[in-house]
Amino acid sequence: MRDFAYARAGSAASAVAALDGPRTSVIAGGTELLNWFRLGIAAADRVVDIGGLDDLRGITSDGDELRIGALATLNEIGEHPLVTRTAGALASACLQAASAQIRNRATIGGNVLQRTRCPYFRAEEPLPWPCSKRAPGSGCASLAGRHERQAIFGWTADCVAVQPSDPAVALAALDAQAEVLGPGGPRTIPMREFHLTQQEAADLGDPARETRLGPAELITGYRIPARADEGQAYVKVRERASYEYAIVSAAAAVRSTGNRSTGNRSTGNRIAAGRVALGSVAQRPWRLDAAEAGLPGTPLTREALIPVIERALAAAAPLPQNGFKVIMARNAAVRALLLAGGAQ
Amino acid sequence: MTLDFARRVEVALRVNDRDRTTVVSPRTTLLDWLREEAGLTGAKKGCNEGACGTCTVLVDGRRMNGCLTLVVQCAGREITTVEGLAGPGGELHPVQRAFAEHDAFQCGYCTPGQLMSAVACIAEGHAGDDASVREWMSGNICRCSAYPQITAAVLAAARAPGADDGDER
Repeated sequence: MRDFAYARAGSAASAVAALDGPRTSVIAGGTELLNWFRLGIAAADRVVDIGGLDDLRGITSDGDELRIGALATLNEIGEHPLVTRTAGALASACLQAASAQIRNRATIGGNVLQRTRCPYFRAEEPLPWPCSKRAPGSGCASLAGRHERQAIFGWTADCVAVQPSDPAVALAALDAQAEVLGPGGPRTIPMREFHLTQQEAADLGDPARETRLGPAELITGYRIPARADEGQAYVKVRERASYEYAIVSAAAAVRSTGNRSTGNRSTGNRIAAGRVALGSVAQRPWRLDAAEAGLPGTPLTREALIPVIERALAAAAPLPQNGFKVIMARNAAVRALLLAGGAQ
Repeated sequence: MTLDFARRVEVALRVNDRDRTTVVSPRTTLLDWLREEAGLTGAKKGCNEGACGTCTVLVDGRRMNGCLTLVVQCAGREITTVEGLAGPGGELHPVQRAFAEHDAFQCGYCTPGQLMSAVACIAEGHAGDDASVREWMSGNICRCSAYPQITAAVLAAARAPGADDGDER
């Protein structure tokens, strides 16, 4: 790791002012940044530490909305009663991410900015193969090589990587807003639009771009609508039972017509409204809008849900080695909806 | 409002109940500093990227990977390493005793991290049953695969009286 100059920010505004300077990175938990530095994915002359900013901490609720500070750690969020009660999919996603040690350091502000786990990307410099994220325009070694874990939506010939964050999938499904501070002041970004697919970035004329966050902008927190009348779930499909990235995942929130408080889980229950997002299928969480429109009135059964989800997955463009992810994503989405609806 | 960026930073922290002040380059990780400056080689460098857990130490009572933590992020913090577990007379911590009694290691390289993680796991209340221990200890890899014995040791230590009033806070 190359050395850098270090300063502790006295306020979020002072961190943003520093980020506006040359080759400056922000550090909070540091679980991603230090590995970027080691591999040569990022290099910085200056690092500004926001870890001491108490106003970026905290998990609060005003009844209608849950607010989570950017410095809340994944373990804090995953075990906080306000989150488990009103944003259960997010709590579950946080606790299924990484390891207990990493979750004590990793913050929810930094988590959504983690980069792809593509092994061609996460190699030590100098790279022996092309990677457009590491050397813009060089091409994609994964597309020409192994790509069974890569995207089924939104990829380009330049890059087929997926965004691996678990919490980001839940935030997208729950209609969360990121609160952002930049040189021009504060603004919000809907989490379902925060990340960009390779195709969306190319359409914006900046193929290397991965999020809508500006270069000198800082995530300060999230706002999540609290909906006490719905059930939620996060389903993560992976090769190991713990401490592993998802092959695919699904976050779902369901308001059902059944009365869950009486324990009535009969097959007569139907979905009144539902939202579902897939993870690790694209460079952003993938909300299944077409399926959501068809969910109201659908019985909470696997047989009834499969065709609704399959219609929304008809637009998938799997790569030669990852057609299985379409089926796995379908099953994860169905299982998440059933769990969220209390039918399983 | 303009920040002063420094290439040498003085840090005061407490390590195993002893106050220390050090001057570091900002890139110095807690793991490297413990091993090379503080003389505490219990925490091991396995993967140096947060994957193996053998560098696990407690920071203000919470378990963390020493390789993913900078010393400059530890100003004012209290660090506990495996060297800080035993009592003043050298008597083993209940978790250490349980590991010995259950033969919870082969080569021992992962053991310092397993012990620190186990102490925290028990203090967090995540050592109630086999499945919970396996889930909450998954950040510590044992390449000898002593997992059944490690799980048994953590469960036994969690049930032993006084297991959760050690150094963790």
